[in-house]
Amino acid sequence: MSPGFQGRRRTTDPALPPGQYLTEDFPVLSAGPTPRVPLDRWEFVLATETGDELRWSWAELMALPQETPTVDIHCVTRWSKFGTSWQGVSLDVLLDGVDTAADYAQAHSYGGYTTNLPLDDLRDGQAWVVHGYDGEPLPAEHGGPARLLVPHLYFWKSAKWVRGLRLTVEDEPGFWETAGYHDYGDPWREQRYQGD
Amino acid sequence: MTEMSYLDGNMLDGPLRELLAVDLSAATGRCASCGMVGPMAGLRVYAHAPGLVGRCPACAEVMLRLVRAPDRAWLDLRGATYLQVPMPTAPSFPRPL
Repeated sequence: MSPGFQGRRRTTDPALPPGQYLTEDFPVLSAGPTPRVPLDRWEFVLATETGDELRWSWAELMALPQETPTVDIHCVTRWSKFGTSWQGVSLDVLLDGVDTAADYAQAHSYGGYTTNLPLDDLRDGQAWVVHGYDGEPLPAEHGGPARLLVPHLYFWKSAKWVRGLRLTVEDEPGFWETAGYHDYGDPWREQRYQGD
Repeated sequence: MTEMSYLDGNMLDGPLRELLAVDLSAATGRCASCGMVGPMAGLRVYAHAPGLVGRCPACAEVMLRLVRAPDRAWLDLRGATYLQVPMPTAPSFPRPL
């Protein structure tokens, strides 16, 4: 144990993953134009590896049990934000009763964005489809009408403007994962790029 | 039947070095999605993101992704069928085989 290193480490917040800095505002990141999706045409589609589909309209999503997770979020561009408050539906509710042998999911969004995750990372209270932020409807620039929220992974996994999930037997890397970013993206292990 | 022989990929080093050393702002690209041909300088670039995303000004599909890590970079051009790059005039092309 080196007292010098210990002393330096204590100056950083233990809730902050390595290489991250804390921000109070909420930066807007986007890889393309912001899609505008009217609520009467919005839908969320859950497709299994056999081609079975489950669909929810906006009204049907709102009728499901709602949760209000308050979580820390960590962006791969090095900002973190503590205590963000959301409203939405747990993926446990959406996946309940779904018959699947898939180990992976690929989220896809209005506008064409995709990102991949192990299906286990969407279960057990770890992930939501959220439509509210800080007590207000989720603004389009932050992914509204609805986005994925998977706060234990870097925030590029929390797909904005989410339209559905495709459950897959094989892992299918998404928009950033095919362009150098890490397949899993654990901020605590600083998995930013391929091979990290 | 004669099998055509192939060369080791190392032989690409010279030709690619000549190509990639040029000023790419003068290059022309073809969108793999809609087929539009235009200057790469005309792409719409979304830079407030984990990487640079260059989109076709006609159809908004992604033509280019450029990700920079501290020690590496990735260039994804699958959305561009080709890049046409102006080169110094060399009458000896195409070379006789």
